[in-house]
Amino acid sequence: MTPPPNPADTRPADTGPADTGPADTGPADTGPADPRAVDTHAAGTRATDARAVTGRVVRAGGLSLRIAPRTLVVGAVVAALLAAVMVVTLTAGEYSLTLGQVLASLAGRGDETGDFVVYTLMLPRLLVAVLVGAMLAVSGAILQTVTRNSLGSPDVIGFTSAAATGALVVITVLGGTMLQVSLGALTGGVVAALLIYVLAYHRGVSGLRFVLMGIGINALAVAANSMLITRASLHDALTAQAWLVGSVNSRGWEHVVAAAVTLAVLLPVALSRTRSLSMMELGDDTAGALGVRTGRDRTLLIGVSVLLAAFAVAAAGPITFVALAAPQLTRRLTRTSAPGLVTTALVGALLLATGDLLVQQLFPAAQLPVGTATGCVGGLYLIWLLASEWRGKGRYA
Amino acid sequence: MTRLRAEDLTLAYDQATVARELSVDIPDGSFTAIIGPNACGKSTLLKALARMLKPKAGTVHLDGKAITSRRSKDVAKRLGLLPQSSTAPGGITVGDLVARGRYPHQSVLRQWSAEDEAVVAESMRLTGVANLAQRVVDELSGGQRQRVWLAMVLAQQTPILLLDEPTTFLDIAHQIEVLDLCADLHDDGEHTLVAVLHDLNQACRYATHLVVMRPGGIVAAQGEPSRIVTAGLVEDVFGLSCRVIDDPETGTPMIVPAARTARSASAATPASTEQEPVPGSTGGDAQPASQHHGPVAVHEDAAL
Repeated sequence: MTPPPNPADTRPADTGPADTGPADTGPADTGPADPRAVDTHAAGTRATDARAVTGRVVRAGGLSLRIAPRTLVVGAVVAALLAAVMVVTLTAGEYSLTLGQVLASLAGRGDETGDFVVYTLMLPRLLVAVLVGAMLAVSGAILQTVTRNSLGSPDVIGFTSAAATGALVVITVLGGTMLQVSLGALTGGVVAALLIYVLAYHRGVSGLRFVLMGIGINALAVAANSMLITRASLHDALTAQAWLVGSVNSRGWEHVVAAAVTLAVLLPVALSRTRSLSMMELGDDTAGALGVRTGRDRTLLIGVSVLLAAFAVAAAGPITFVALAAPQLTRRLTRTSAPGLVTTALVGALLLATGDLLVQQLFPAAQLPVGTATGCVGGLYLIWLLASEWRGKGRYA
Repeated sequence: MTRLRAEDLTLAYDQATVARELSVDIPDGSFTAIIGPNACGKSTLLKALARMLKPKAGTVHLDGKAITSRRSKDVAKRLGLLPQSSTAPGGITVGDLVARGRYPHQSVLRQWSAEDEAVVAESMRLTGVANLAQRVVDELSGGQRQRVWLAMVLAQQTPILLLDEPTTFLDIAHQIEVLDLCADLHDDGEHTLVAVLHDLNQACRYATHLVVMRPGGIVAAQGEPSRIVTAGLVEDVFGLSCRVIDDPETGTPMIVPAARTARSASAATPASTEQEPVPGSTGGDAQPASQHHGPVAVHEDAAL
């Protein structure tokens, strides 16, 4: 490498095509050729359009924000689709309300039938699907990024199965109420996470060890679940089995409130760590060297992920593959390496709401749990994902 | 009192102790190379200096304060680390990856200032990757990728740079390219570089200060390469009989391993190395410089 020339001489030529920015007119920087010597006054006169990095930059005073236009567009489109699916779900049910009736009820001006169908029968189920989808998606996005592994998803590494074990113990052994079932699920999920964390801990928690240990815990939890069902009475076993597939059937407002509160508390916590989350993709040493408190932030983020997954299971049973698929889909849609948590939440909500709409429309009589739909779609998706990764095509894999 | 120094470190992974009572001073403004045989604790020492590994005992001092008592971002503004292996997030562009180096200077409300932009552009220019800014890191060659990682560490704007085997997995031309880049950074007088290197000749050629470690995390010698590197030291630390000649290009010490036949002969009759006292375990004491007689002066007649 030739000795670097004066930065002020060469900077415009190097900063990309068509650089006609005011850098040309910046004060001549005669300092040594060293980034530390870059004169901030010269920098201040540069165009605000950032070329080195992708996306747009908005600056005002001391504020500067990086915005990814593609992520915004994807988020808006997914939100619009979600709204459309929700409207279709409300109008296309077996009660066949018109769009006008639904909108009137939502606006508080509906008739008695409309209000009953919307508020009592349809809306709670729909909102639970949306909220649980968002919770599972965010849980998966956090865990996949922290473990740097696409399989580091709560439904693969046992959070969900263990939450189900907790719930099954309550259903089949203790015979508790719905609330107690939810508490059982929560306990199961948290215990599993702690077990994995402690067992996988060896000079810190590596992503791969965490995932492998989680797969082991998952196998144990699934075995325990089968055992609990075979030993239960027929009635309990049926209840348990229906719950196990994951369902948003006949969910009430108490489920909506529980899910909404969980999301409202935990999502901001996750969002506050989103910058260190994206740094953790670089590996612990690099992230740590750049000033990320990897140990503390990872523990916090894993905690948020576990709680989101456990509350989601408590509300709707172990719905598979949303947590695995939503972050992966979001990454590919937004073309970012780490999925944005809000976009992922929208994609997860859309996945689960669509899955629920499909089972309602295709199998209206069977009251098929939504877990079967997401299981089918997610299974196919996983196969495609792995196949494309192995062929080296997955740019974001 | 140097800016970065380690005092009486005991370094261990779980039960396995790598080093005891290890003290190293990194001279300010030096290009320090840490060399030694495999598994002697070179990278472990570097990790401890970068506070990636917490010593079981002893302290690493950074700018007069225990490094562990400083806030993470404060350390990250003073000391940068290029780890042995880093993972580029899938699909990330070169510009975005280099921009990650600005993390310690950023906050939620200050995500991408004009200064960030200028520093990243300058770091990419210095490392010669400015024209790759829009490319995806996964698609680059090994040499290009290493320069991108270096650009990221430069964008951190730290006066001290720690590099863990920056030339591993690179072919000889790219190794030299990376080392030249390090030398440029050192020459500007603003950086202190500490690199773990495997190639002794490269270390002697580029470093201004060597820390030679032997298995067990013991410093066998430290000082200027031409003052401390002798056949006796290499034989003692690496167990390899060799000659040390002047590098015909730079005049720095150059290690030429003895021929295989000569080495088997030396195994039969112990080499007469008593003329070379075992390099002091006292560390800083430099060996007396061997005389240089022209470009291929023989420093030591080891078992010929």
